[in-house]
Amino acid sequence: MSRILLGISFGLMMAALYLVFIYVPTEETMGVVQRIFYFHVPVAWVSFLAFFVVFIGSILFLWKRDEKWDMLARSSAEIGIVFTSLVLITGPIWAKPAWGVWWTWDARLTTTLIMWVIYVSYLMVRSFAVEESRGARFAAVVGIVGFVDIPITAIAITLWRTQHPRPVIFEGGLAPSMLLTLIICVAAFTLLYVYLLLQAISLKQAEADLGKISQALRG
Amino acid sequence: MRLPLRKAFVIAWKDILSESRTRDILSSVAVFALLTIVIFNFAFEPGSDNVELVAPGVLWVTFTFAGVLGLGRSFVFEKEKGCLEGLLLCPVDRDVVYLGKMLGSLAFMLAVEIIVVPIFLVLFDLPLFLPQLALITLLATVGFVSVGTLFSALAVNTRARDVMLPILFFPIVAPVIIAAVQASGLALEGQSWSTMSSWLQIMGVFDAIFIVISALVFEFVVEE
Amino acid sequence: MEADSSAIEVKSLTKAFGKQLALREVDLQVKGGAFLTLFGPNGAGKTTLIKVLATLLRPTTGTVRICGLDLSEYSIRVRREIGLVSHQPLLYDDLTAYENLQFWGRMYDVHHLDERIHNLVAMVGLSSRLHDRVRTFSRGMQQRISIVRALIHNPSVILLDEPETGLDRYASSMLKEILQSLNAEGRTVVMTTHNLETGLEMGNEVAILAGGRVVYQESKRRLSLASLQEAYHRYTGATL
Repeated sequence: MSRILLGISFGLMMAALYLVFIYVPTEETMGVVQRIFYFHVPVAWVSFLAFFVVFIGSILFLWKRDEKWDMLARSSAEIGIVFTSLVLITGPIWAKPAWGVWWTWDARLTTTLIMWVIYVSYLMVRSFAVEESRGARFAAVVGIVGFVDIPITAIAITLWRTQHPRPVIFEGGLAPSMLLTLIICVAAFTLLYVYLLLQAISLKQAEADLGKISQALRG
Repeated sequence: MRLPLRKAFVIAWKDILSESRTRDILSSVAVFALLTIVIFNFAFEPGSDNVELVAPGVLWVTFTFAGVLGLGRSFVFEKEKGCLEGLLLCPVDRDVVYLGKMLGSLAFMLAVEIIVVPIFLVLFDLPLFLPQLALITLLATVGFVSVGTLFSALAVNTRARDVMLPILFFPIVAPVIIAAVQASGLALEGQSWSTMSSWLQIMGVFDAIFIVISALVFEFVVEE
Repeated sequence: MEADSSAIEVKSLTKAFGKQLALREVDLQVKGGAFLTLFGPNGAGKTTLIKVLATLLRPTTGTVRICGLDLSEYSIRVRREIGLVSHQPLLYDDLTAYENLQFWGRMYDVHHLDERIHNLVAMVGLSSRLHDRVRTFSRGMQQRISIVRALIHNPSVILLDEPETGLDRYASSMLKEILQSLNAEGRTVVMTTHNLETGLEMGNEVAILAGGRVVYQESKRRLSLASLQEAYHRYTGATL
C-alpha cells in the first residue's frame, strides 16, 4: 500500500517539476522567481492540513485514550513543522526579489509564524514533561488550544493589516496553465505528506511494540 | 446558584484570602509592571507625537509579561504544598477547579491593573477617565487568564516551568494582544465605541471560546 | 454499611507510567471496618496504590470499587467517602487552621461546619492554635490538622500514606490512638508504613506489596512479629 503511494507521489512530483520549470510560462511582473509560488502555496496548504490532523488526533487521543491517536498527532506535528518552516523560508525568498522586502507582516505569513511557534511548543511540551504519557496529554491539549487559536489569530491579524496596509502579495487571477500547475503541485505535496505521515506512524508503532517486548522480557 | 459553581467561588475566595495575607505576588507583579513601563520610556523619545502611537503597545506588552509572572505563581504554591492533590480529592468536577483558579487569578490581575493603569496614564500624560479602556482591560485580562490558568497548571508539571509558560502562552494570546493594543489606541484618542467594536468582539469571542475549551481540557492536564 | 461487605475491592489493577509498571495485576479486598496495614520496600508501589484508591490516579487496566461504587464511573461520589492523609499536609500556609478547615469543609458540603471543626480540632488537642496561621505550626501539628482535614467530611474509608514520617513520639502515639478509635467506630482504614511494629500493633490485617504486586495478605490473629519479619524477608529480600 505504501509502495503504491510512494510511486504515485513520486510520479506526481516529477510531473509537478516538469510543469513548474518547463511547462508554465513565466509570470510577467515578477519574473522567474515567481515559480516559487508553486511550491510555497502547496507547502503552506499542507502545513495547515497537518495542523488540522494534529487537532483531530489530539481530540481523539484525549477522548479514547488510545495511544495510536497520539502517534498520529505527533507524526503530523513533526512533519507539519518541517513544512511550516519551508513556508517561512520560501516566503522571504520570494518576497525579496519580487517586492523588495524580506518580510511583510501580512496576514498569512504572520499567522504561519504563530502556527510555527505553536508547533514548536507542542513538541517542546513533550520533551519537557516529567513523564512520557503525561507529556502526550499535555501536547494534545496544546494541539487543541493551538488549532482553535489559529482562525481567531488570522482574523485579528487581517483586521490589523487592513488598518495598516503594506506591500500586498500577488492577488491576481490565474491563467489556466498556472492553475493546472498549482493543482498538480498541491496534489503532489499532499500525497507526499500522507506518505511521510504513514511512514512516521508505522515507525512509532514499531518502537512501541519493541518497547512492549523488552518490557515483557524484563518481566 | 448551582452548587458546583458555588465551589468555584469558594476556591477563588481561598486564593484571594491567601494572597491578601502576604500580598507577595501582588506587590512583586505590580512593581515589575511599573518598572517595565519606566524602562520602555527610556526606549522612546519623550515627545508628544510618539506617545499616543506607542502607549497602547507599551501598556499591553507590560501586562503580557506581568501576567505571565503572576499566572506562573498561581499553581506553584498549590503544587508545593500538595494542595493541588487536595483540590483533586474534593468531590467536584475538574472544570469547577479550573473556574475557581481562573477567577482567583482574574481578581488578582485586575487588582494589579487597577494600580498600574492610572500610574501609566499619568506617566504618559494621557487622559485618566476612560470607561472604554476599562472594558478593554477587562476583556483582555479575562482572555489572558482563561488560557493562562490552563497553561500554568500544565507548565508547573514540566521541567522548565518558568520558560514553558511564556512559550505556550504568548502565541495563543496574540489575537488578544493585537485587539487590546488597537482598541486601546482608539480609546486613548477619544474615539467612540463603534470604532472599536470589532476589536471588542474579537476579544469577547476569544474569551468565551477559550474559557469553555480550557475548562473542558483542564482535567487532562491535572490528572497524573 | 454492614461490617462484612467489602469496603475496598481491587481486581487486576495495573498502573503504568509510560513504559514503567508501578502496579501489576493487584488483587485486594478490604472488608468494611477492617484496618489494613500495607508494608513494602521503596518503589513497591504503595503510594501508587493509595493514590489510585484516592481517585488521584486512573487505573491503566483493572477495576477498583470503594463502598460498592466503581471509581471510574462514580469518582465524585466515591470521593465523599474517602479521607486521605499523605506525606504532605495539604494545608495552605498563609491561612489559619480554622480557615483551612473551613475551606475544605465547604468543598465537601459539610453541615454544621463550625461545630465540627471545633470538635475535631479538640480531639487532636490543638484548640488553642485554631486561629493561628499554619505556617507557624510544627510538622507534627500540621499532620494533626491534616488528619482533621481528612476527617472533616466524615468519610467511611481512611487512607494513610506513611503518616508517621517526620512525627515525634508524642504526635506518633496520638496518631495511633486516633486511628484506633476511628477504626473502632467502624471506619475502614488502610495505612502504608515502613514500621513493622507499629503496623502490627494497629492493624487487624497486614499485606505486603512488592514489585507492584500484593504478595502476602494475612489477618493479624495468625501472626507474630517474627513470622511477619520472616515473610517480609522472603518476599522482598529485605528486612524491616
